[in-house]
Amino acid sequence: MVTRFLSWTRQAGALLNKDFKAEFRTKYALNSFLMFAVTTLVIVSFAVGPYYLDPVMHASFIWIIIFFSAMAGLARAFIKEQERGTVYALKLSTTPEIIYLGKFCFNLLLLLLVLLVIIPFYFFFLSPSVGNPLLLVVVLLLGSLGLTGTTTILSAIVSKANVKGNLLPVLAFPVLLPLLVTSINGTRLALEGYTFGEASSELRVLSSFFVIMTTVSLLLFNYVWED
Amino acid sequence: MFWKVCLGIWMSLVIIASFLYAPPALGLGEVSRIIYYHVPLAWVAVLAYMVSMINAIKYLRTSSIEYDYRTSFNAEVGTIFALLATVTGAIFANATWGTYWNWDPRQTSIFVLLLIYGSYFALRSAIDDREQKARLSSVYAIIAFITVPFLVFIIPRIYASLHPDPIVNIEGRLQMDARMLRVFISSLAGFTGIYFWIYNLQNRIINLKGKIKGRL
Repeated sequence: MVTRFLSWTRQAGALLNKDFKAEFRTKYALNSFLMFAVTTLVIVSFAVGPYYLDPVMHASFIWIIIFFSAMAGLARAFIKEQERGTVYALKLSTTPEIIYLGKFCFNLLLLLLVLLVIIPFYFFFLSPSVGNPLLLVVVLLLGSLGLTGTTTILSAIVSKANVKGNLLPVLAFPVLLPLLVTSINGTRLALEGYTFGEASSELRVLSSFFVIMTTVSLLLFNYVWED
Repeated sequence: MFWKVCLGIWMSLVIIASFLYAPPALGLGEVSRIIYYHVPLAWVAVLAYMVSMINAIKYLRTSSIEYDYRTSFNAEVGTIFALLATVTGAIFANATWGTYWNWDPRQTSIFVLLLIYGSYFALRSAIDDREQKARLSSVYAIIAFITVPFLVFIIPRIYASLHPDPIVNIEGRLQMDARMLRVFISSLAGFTGIYFWIYNLQNRIINLKGKIKGRL
């Protein structure tokens, strides 16, 4: 059990390492992801201008920015393997579960890197008041976990379709809606300064969504991956 | 043939009884008669989606194509019933809350349910290869159905809803007049019967199609 777990983490780590090396040679995914997020943020900031916003509005804007830039940035993880023809080499070298885990970690790191830039920018441009910063960080983390877990398997599905362009947001939005509604509410609670106890139902929904989605993805990924 | 006639007579009786035999609910008035149609429609929609997911799992297990036909066809039936449930619900909402649509948690849930299956059909039309279409859309149908509990049970509990209590509510009590309950249960049974009739018809069509293809 333990040795198997260790070999899984080692192989998933190798895949993650390979993806990072490939990514930092071109920086294509990160740059487009980041620029998309910044553009959306600036549009929001322009539109809002000098007006005062409620915490509800801030929470919705933050998650709209995260959702759409994630859709633009995370779609490429499998499409690029398909386009370069490296998908067969990947298929030969390891099992589907490890591919899923490796790609999931890569997507998660990418999303967290973007969040690390975008959230301080958001505060810089729109300066919302934060009542409970730690809760905000936890909600953003749990939300990103669920978002990435779902997007990873859906982007693998999309990479096999003939029309790759706009399919991912179409597929992802309805599945992610429970997560988005809960994270928006959790972010609002964090901005308004509620405690962890008062936001516990949101945190539970977010973490169970992540666990359920990742488990199901691991079970089903084999069927998406094989030809 | 016998069962078809029985179902026809049964449903006619249910329709007559829903207007003449059952008393109107207290506080809601004559509008409340819509529950004999609205709730069974929503129930059949969920039932069809569930059968659709079960067939998707069966397809992934056996990869025989008839299960995929059943998955997609049940998704279609479920979508039609969900649409009807949305429309009847909106009529009821207009009569009691004064507006057809106000993003009540229940309305949001059914709207997302419709979106999910809209995406399912979008995915199916985006893939040409027959086997790949069947496999990927089965995976999506399973992922999509897993979010249904979140939409139906969790979100409406966190956010206040104006929707009348579901029939099996949290306390597990039935708050209904005996005559109303009789009509209601008969209507549920009748609509479930209609669903199984449609299911049976479609299965026969699928089998016939398979036979014709086998001959060619």
